Amino acid sequence: MNFFTQHAWEIGRLTFEHLWLTVSAMLFAVAIGLPLGILLTRKRRWAKPVIGIANVIQTMPSLALFGLLLPVPWLGENAARLAIVALTGYALLPILRNTYTGIESVDPELVSVAEALGMTSWQRLRNVELPLAASVILAGVRTATVICVGVATIAAAIGAGGLGELIFRGVASVDNGLVLAGAIPAALLALVADSLLGWLEKRLVVRRA
Amino acid sequence: MPTAGVEFAKVSFTPDGGPSILRDISLTLAAGTTTALLGRSGSGKTTLLRTVNGLVQPTSGEVTVHGKRANQLHDVQQQIALRRGIGYVIQETGLFPHMTVERNAVMSLELDGRPKADLEKRAREVIEQVGLDFDAVRSRFPWQLSGGQRQRVGLARALALDPPVMLMDEPFGALDPLTRSEMQEMFKELQRQKKRTVVLVTHDLGEALYLADRVIILDNGEVVADLAESEVASSGNLHVKDYVSAVHHLIERL
Repeated sequence: MNFFTQHAWEIGRLTFEHLWLTVSAMLFAVAIGLPLGILLTRKRRWAKPVIGIANVIQTMPSLALFGLLLPVPWLGENAARLAIVALTGYALLPILRNTYTGIESVDPELVSVAEALGMTSWQRLRNVELPLAASVILAGVRTATVICVGVATIAAAIGAGGLGELIFRGVASVDNGLVLAGAIPAALLALVADSLLGWLEKRLVVRRA
Repeated sequence: MPTAGVEFAKVSFTPDGGPSILRDISLTLAAGTTTALLGRSGSGKTTLLRTVNGLVQPTSGEVTVHGKRANQLHDVQQQIALRRGIGYVIQETGLFPHMTVERNAVMSLELDGRPKADLEKRAREVIEQVGLDFDAVRSRFPWQLSGGQRQRVGLARALALDPPVMLMDEPFGALDPLTRSEMQEMFKELQRQKKRTVVLVTHDLGEALYLADRVIILDNGEVVADLAESEVASSGNLHVKDYVSAVHHLIERL
């Protein structure tokens, strides 16, 4: 406990770095995953291969992915940049998959009513499909955020900072206090993000009966 | 010679790799009349109905609505213009669950970009036309309504643009018998006020006879009976007799 008060400033700084990595990666992942997921519902032929690729990224061990990206020219120059790209890759699958399935699972009767009312594809998306799929899409964002917070601790291995720095230092010097000083705030971040997004997700559920 | 409301010319529909659902159907439905489509599940009646507003594109043949071609419209604006002139009512699930009654009812006007004041005015008109208290239901969501009220809102939505053609796919099928007969009365009244060209898919011969001027029975994608409402009782057609005797059995059991 003593450690926490002594290093409050450092823990604060690393938590901020951790948040910065996670939030930037999430913004990129949503900016890519959401439109791509929507596009796949319009070009269903591409759904399987594209989601397959996102799946492959997801299954790569994070340490290996960070290592693999290090020699890539522009990316390898800046550790935080590299970490954000890798984290974006991890966050992509849940967002992409939930956007696609969320929209695909909208009741086909409602889709045909929307068409019968003369909605264009864009109007249908905005007025019917996105509102009805919103909670499923947000569930994907929530999963992705929790994954990101966790994987971001590994980013310290390549010098990208974040709470992982304390954990790695603690492991190297066999100092459990140091490990906990990194692990506890990271776990708290994940819990807070999870419950906030969970609350929002519940609010977006459309009541049917 | 009455003018043609909806015309099917040699309409066939075979989905990719599936069996034929519609086989060479040719029919002319007079403008301002109500035609009931009867048939077993899978006979093709819903599919035929959906070729009228382009939800199903026939594999071959042509569909015409008030003299305008209704199938293979490659221009999106043409397709939309066609659909704006056709009201569409389906069983139970048709209302958007995330929209209020008011927004559901005048969705077609909203899509047209009409001003807000117009939307509210028209919403009040159509909601009251179908026998609901506008101020009481306007801001409710579909789950807060009874089945009968939902069906009324569905009907109001189809009437919002005052379309000359209405497609109704088992509109009263999910309702309890009392509500159903109220809705049938209301439908009759609406038809008295303004003659629309109505295509009504139903399982119920009684409903068909009560609401329609003409009864068509489909079986396996083909028209097997086509007669005026007044000819049904005395018809020698086997398919018609099946329906009539099923109704008789029901009455006898009472």
